Amino acid sequence: MARMKFLCDADRCIECNACVTACKNANEVPWGINRRRVITINDGKPGERSISMACMHCTDPPCKAVCPVDCFYQTDDGVVLHSKDLCIGCGYCFYACPFGAPQYPRTSNFGSRGKMDKCTYCSGGPEADLSTAEFIKYGANRLAQGKLPLCAEMCSTKALLAGDGEIIVQIYKERVVKRGYGSGAWGWKTAYNETIAT
Amino acid sequence: MLSRFPFILVAACALSLLLFTAPSLLAQPRSPTPPVGGPVSADQLLQQLPQIRGRVAIPVPRASVLIQPRGRSWRVFHEATLPWIGGIAIIGMLVVLAVFYLWRGRLRVRSGFSGVAILRFAAFERFVHWLTAVSFVILALTGLNITFGKWVLLPLMGNQAFSALTIWGKYAHNFFAWPFMLGVILIFIIWIKDNLPNKVDANWLRKGGGLLGGGDPPAERFNAGQKIIFWAAVLGGVVLSLSGLTLLFPFSVAAIDGMQTADLVHAVLAQLMIAVFLAHIYIGTLGMEGAFDAMGTGEVDLNWAKQHHDLWLEEEQAKAKSPDLGSRAAPAG
Ligand code: HEM
Ligand code: SF4
Ligand code: SF4
Repeated sequence: MARMKFLCDADRCIECNACVTACKNANEVPWGINRRRVITINDGKPGERSISMACMHCTDPPCKAVCPVDCFYQTDDGVVLHSKDLCIGCGYCFYACPFGAPQYPRTSNFGSRGKMDKCTYCSGGPEADLSTAEFIKYGANRLAQGKLPLCAEMCSTKALLAGDGEIIVQIYKERVVKRGYGSGAWGWKTAYNETIAT
Repeated sequence: MLSRFPFILVAACALSLLLFTAPSLLAQPRSPTPPVGGPVSADQLLQQLPQIRGRVAIPVPRASVLIQPRGRSWRVFHEATLPWIGGIAIIGMLVVLAVFYLWRGRLRVRSGFSGVAILRFAAFERFVHWLTAVSFVILALTGLNITFGKWVLLPLMGNQAFSALTIWGKYAHNFFAWPFMLGVILIFIIWIKDNLPNKVDANWLRKGGGLLGGGDPPAERFNAGQKIIFWAAVLGGVVLSLSGLTLLFPFSVAAIDGMQTADLVHAVLAQLMIAVFLAHIYIGTLGMEGAFDAMGTGEVDLNWAKQHHDLWLEEEQAKAKSPDLGSRAAPAG
């Protein structure tokens, strides 16, 4: 079984936001919900880098641990999914998530934030694979069709890599050797407790 | 003449091309050009600051946080530290109360009931007490369900039923917060004058309130133990309200670290307060004969008052005799 991961090569990302657009389109994500976003650090200064970030599908995920109704599960591929039928919109997963991945339909929310939504690694949710119910609640299930997440597939510079962790690390390492530098795999230490020697 | 001009141009171009590209062609293999500003990495940034922030196109400030490893610490707090603190405080208090009950039994009115009643709490005071108490109990149960429900109730009820219960619990928690806050404010206003610490309290505390034996020390309207409960309700209530409101309106006054801290404060304080108020509930019901009437009917037996609040009783009796009271009741001027 593959262990699916994301890796963003910050030395390639040009902040074109194609991944964000691809995600919104593939999953028909409602307005106001951002499953993926691109953040630029040191904006306009030396050392400027852009990183595309979504759910990292962590090892031993903090969101899953803190959920008061225990509505998360991790698939055999390492993808972290949840049930919108069980979610109570408490927002605890956002407090625990190191990457700001969980999103809520209501932001100022006296009663509830509504059902949490986040990146599914383009692999739907607990409903039957490729069913309409699944699409409406969770978006596309490209993994069930044998495809990778659309954000990485559409990345114009191939900065954003998705796939089996070992393979994408290999691709990244080769790049670093060829070009002679690399800013590392962003978030990998926090998400997978893993660092990549570059 | 004119026909030779293009040739010179081409030759010049070729020469300049050679001049400019030759060095790079000679320098094979190419050495990498490091990016402007040198290497940047997450590890290096996280050594300087607790979180990595940047600029994001989304007009939501919290979306600009790239990595906040503190989420992992908050998880450890919420899944390990908090349940231990809360569990030890609450179960510990229940054990202490059970042991106390087995040792001392119910604290009796020593000279028996006199049959004469005296008003201790007026209707409005009782209303304020129960407004706060009922909302506190609902907030406590629904709050504890958020912390402990998935270990206690979920295995018994199954996912669907537990989720349905918890979402209703959450609505109850959100709405009962308001009567609770009102109650805390009113409690402060109506009882502050009787709850300022003084010398009588020092003596009462020194004697352990008579709880461990050795007779009941003198007390005014509220003894030192009750004053502690008053201040726990007021100060604890205020901090619970402020942290609770922060949680209720997420990200309106706090960023991600502030939200985590608000939950930490709210959850720990709530569970400690639950432990303290279990003792209050015990002594007001099972633990002491005649005590519940004070908040039930509002009237207590004269002998109960003599035993537990002698100084207050003297004062009340003096007031009842004094002509002062009559003149106060009479229409002024
Ligand atoms: C005074 C006004 C209060 C407000 C505005 C308030 C608000 C909140 C909010 C918004 C939450 C987050 C839970 C969620 O959204 O699902 C919460 C959690 C909680 N509250 Fe309150 N609350 C208040 C009073 C109390 C009181 C009096 C208690 C108990 C005595 C209490 C105990 C708890 C507990 C135990 C939690 C769970 C904390 C956790 O597991 O992280 N709250 N409260
Ligand atoms: S990135 Fe956030 S939401 Fe995704 S698995 Fe990790 S903690 Fe959960
Ligand atoms: S918002 Fe939903 S998924 Fe997130 S912790 Fe709360 S109940 Fe669980």
